Order: sequence, then C-alpha cells, then structure tokens
Amino acid sequence: MRYDVFFAGYGGQGVLLAGNLLSYAAIHEGKNVSFFPAYGVEKRGGAAMCTVVFADGDTGSPVVGNPSVSILLNQLSFDKYAAKVKQGGVCIVNSSLVDTAGVELPGIEIVLVPMNQIALDMGDVRMVNMVACGAYIEKTGALKGSSLEAALKKALPERNHKLIPANVKAMEAGALAARG
Amino acid sequence: MQAITAEKIFVKGNEAVAMAAIEAGCRCYFGYPITPQSDIPEYLSRELPAVGGEFIQAESEIGAINMVLGASATGVRVMTSSSGPGISLKQEGISYMAGSELPGVIVDIMRAGPGLGGIDASQADYFQATRGGGHGGYRIIVLAPASVQEMYDLTMLAFDLSDLYRMPAMVLADSVIGQMKESVTPNPRPQTLLPPKEWVVRGRLAGEPQNVVKSLYLGDGEMEAFHWKMHARYQELADRECRWEEVQTADAELIVTAFGSTSRIAKTAIAMAREAGMKVGLIRPVTLFPFPKKAYAQLSERCKLFLAIELSTGQMIDDVRLSVARDADVAFYGRPPGAGSLPTPEELFEQIKKNYRASA
Repeated sequence: MRYDVFFAGYGGQGVLLAGNLLSYAAIHEGKNVSFFPAYGVEKRGGAAMCTVVFADGDTGSPVVGNPSVSILLNQLSFDKYAAKVKQGGVCIVNSSLVDTAGVELPGIEIVLVPMNQIALDMGDVRMVNMVACGAYIEKTGALKGSSLEAALKKALPERNHKLIPANVKAMEAGALAARG
Repeated sequence: MQAITAEKIFVKGNEAVAMAAIEAGCRCYFGYPITPQSDIPEYLSRELPAVGGEFIQAESEIGAINMVLGASATGVRVMTSSSGPGISLKQEGISYMAGSELPGVIVDIMRAGPGLGGIDASQADYFQATRGGGHGGYRIIVLAPASVQEMYDLTMLAFDLSDLYRMPAMVLADSVIGQMKESVTPNPRPQTLLPPKEWVVRGRLAGEPQNVVKSLYLGDGEMEAFHWKMHARYQELADRECRWEEVQTADAELIVTAFGSTSRIAKTAIAMAREAGMKVGLIRPVTLFPFPKKAYAQLSERCKLFLAIELSTGQMIDDVRLSVARDADVAFYGRPPGAGSLPTPEELFEQIKKNYRASA
C-alpha cells in the first residue's frame, strides 16, 4: 500500500512540522517514507507546503500531482489545490479560515474541520497542525494514533516534550471533529 | 558483508551528504552559505569540530575552493558545497585542482539560473558539471543521487573515486533531493583499497624528496603530455566506473531516461504506464561523468524509442543521443527550472502516452 498526503498553508501554521510528524509515525510503523517540503523565502506568512509519501515498498515520486488526501489550512491553498485532489480522494479543510461556499468538487470528499477554533478551545491556536493530523488519521486510518504520539517525541525538540499531552489532546479533538 | 546493521535515520538529503562526509573521513570543510544547500555547512559547522575536523565559513566561494585546493595538497580528505552562482565562482579553483591532479569533493545542489535565478530545483547545470566547468579542457567525476540514501552512499563513493583517480569529484543534486527527508541506513565507509598519497606537498627536510603540487606546465611538450595522460585516465574511468540503474527495460517498447530528482518522478509515471498495459522502462545514469554510454548502446540494440526528461531545455539528451544506436529515436520532455515548474508523475505519464508506440 502506498499513501500520499499533501499539506498546504501559510508559514507559521506548522505545515512542515505536521508533515514531519506523519513521517515519523509512518517510520514508527515500519514504512518507507519521503517528506518533500516546499516553502517561500519568508520566515512567516509565505506559502508552505509538503508532501508525505509512505509505503511498505518503494515510495517512488516525492512529488504528487493529484494527492489522495490534501489538508488545506488557508484560503489561498484551498483555492489553488483543492481541485487537484484525486478522484475519490479526500480534501480536509480548515473551515475556520477557508470559505468553501459555492465550491463544487465532484468526486472529492470535502471534510470541514474548524481547526483554528478547535486549537483555540484547546488552549493555543498554534496547535492547528495537530488538529489537522488528528483529522487525517480519523478520515484515512492510514496511521495509528499511538504512532503519532510516539512520533511527537521524535519530531519535537526535547525542550517541548512537556507539551506532548496537550498536542495529543488537540489531535484527538481534530479526530472527533472529522468524525462529524 | 557488514555484520553491523545500522539503525535507520530520518534526515534531509543535505544532512545525509554531511554525515557521509564525516563517515568517509573528511576532516576539512570550507564553504559559504547559499540556498538550497546551507544545511550542509550548518551540519558540519556543528559536527566536524566534534570529530577533530576543521570547519571554516570562508569569505567567499572563491576563498573556500582555494582552501579546498590547499588542504587537498596536504593529503587530507576535504569537501566544499554550494549551488548555482557559488559553483560558478568556484570554477577557477576546480580548474586549478584538475590541473594539479588534486582530489576533493564538491557538492552542487543545483538551483534555477542563470544569474541569481531562483531557489527551485534545476538540472540545468548538467553541462557545467559534466564538461568540466572551468577553463583548460578537463573533466571531473560527477555522481547524481536520486534519493537521500544515495546522497549518503554516493558522497562516500565520491571521496573514494576522487582519491583513486586524483581528480575532483562532484555530487550533483537539486533542492528536491537536498531538501527531501527520507529514511536512510547510515552505512559504514566502504573498505576501498586506496593508493598512498605519495604526491602530497613536501619540503626538503631530512633528505626527503621535494614534492611540488602545481598546475603550471611550461616545459616543451609537458602540457600536451599532461592532457594525453588525463585523457587516458578519463577513458579508464569510463571503462571501470560507469554506474546506472535500469528498471523494467527487458521488454520495454519505450525507455524513459532521467537522472536525480526527475528519475524519481518518472519511476511513478512508469508504474502508471505499466498499470495501463504499456511496456515502459527506465534507465537512470548514476555517474553523469563518466556517462554510461555502453548501457544505452546495448539497450538501443533492441528498444528504438527513448524519452529523455530533464529540468532544463535539454542537456543530458546530447549524451543520450551520442550513446544510443543510430536508428534509435530520442524524444524529449523538459521543464526548465523555476517556481512552479516541477513536473508531476501524472504529467510525465501523459508524455509517455504521447510518445509510446507499441510494436505490432
């Protein structure tokens, strides 16, 4: 089985950390992984994207034209990338920042998760990426929640390990919201 | 062969290069930051001193390459890295190293150009790398990794080949392979039998013979003899050191050819074509110099249709055309480098469909 997921948002939303987290979780489950980032020259506010591919065998192309799953965290990335999701694929959208009214995407399942609001309710808007990861595993079942929890230890620097329980809660809240 | 199985690590391509350099015994690094390769000096600035090595951020790329030349002349393993504009600046020093028969590893994480260009992935420095790059008519060894694992393994190979053949070796990749993270087995340094470096700079101390390292040949016939000697060495390289990868070429009606990042994208496009019942294969040169001409010649005895894919308007295709049988067709699909120009597997699959013609 080969899984691919595309993340996009603006710099500062934790898009790259989210991609890293899924990568470490996939490695934890014994998969081969490629994590391909792309971002602007700005530290914050520019476009940030990453593609994660994981498979039991060869990961193949790190670049994916029509992702099976896209997680789009802001309006700009929704407008640009939502229609590129593969037929039968899933588009997980941060409905706190994205207006999807009037957008028709036949053959693509749109999952609206108010990620900013959920992260705020959990105590910190910066956990928006964790909410997104929770929604991803809930919708796809591609990785286990326990793998993501284990991955947090690898993806976060030691000084932030005290924040792991809060991040796990944010993921659970994201999963719950995606369940609908 | 090795009893020790190293645990896999999850690192960027650039970091893998830096780690492999240390494993290969490189103890000197001189460089200057430039996107998209700055992870290499960043890593080495931290880790090289920890193993007793020397890291210097030089005043410029020109300074750095001349430090590489000097260190190499003393016999140590030494590396520099840069991208586009910085590699252009280094060409004078690389030419002097070639003229002085000095080993040394140069890592080029290509970015879009010419000029300042941009930071996006490019393969448009293929000519600069494989034709020598600087003045005087020389070649350097050029290795093109297509995965983070190969960034690790080919960096170590670059050091060995560079020492064996006494010429600079380049690891040529781009921001896809440099910035991408993959799981990697940090293999131990290969046990290559290397000749002692009897040519290192030496004075007249205690009756030792003096060694001078230079690229100035003024004697009658001296320069010409140097050129013929190097010409023979390049031939030796071509005979012994060509490396390439073939995927599903045995029954292929169309063989895609690409190196580095594009070969990765092409592999997935080929899998799509196979799924659609099309007989498509891949040949990927791992050594760009020496170019694996014989492999192409052999494949083109049977398969008469090739499709070269590059992140440029076409450079490697020249070597492909010079290598295949005269009655073979070489089609081309290129995306010149720049923001938004990285092709997708779906896009390459369309190109395969467009060019494919199954024999009846």
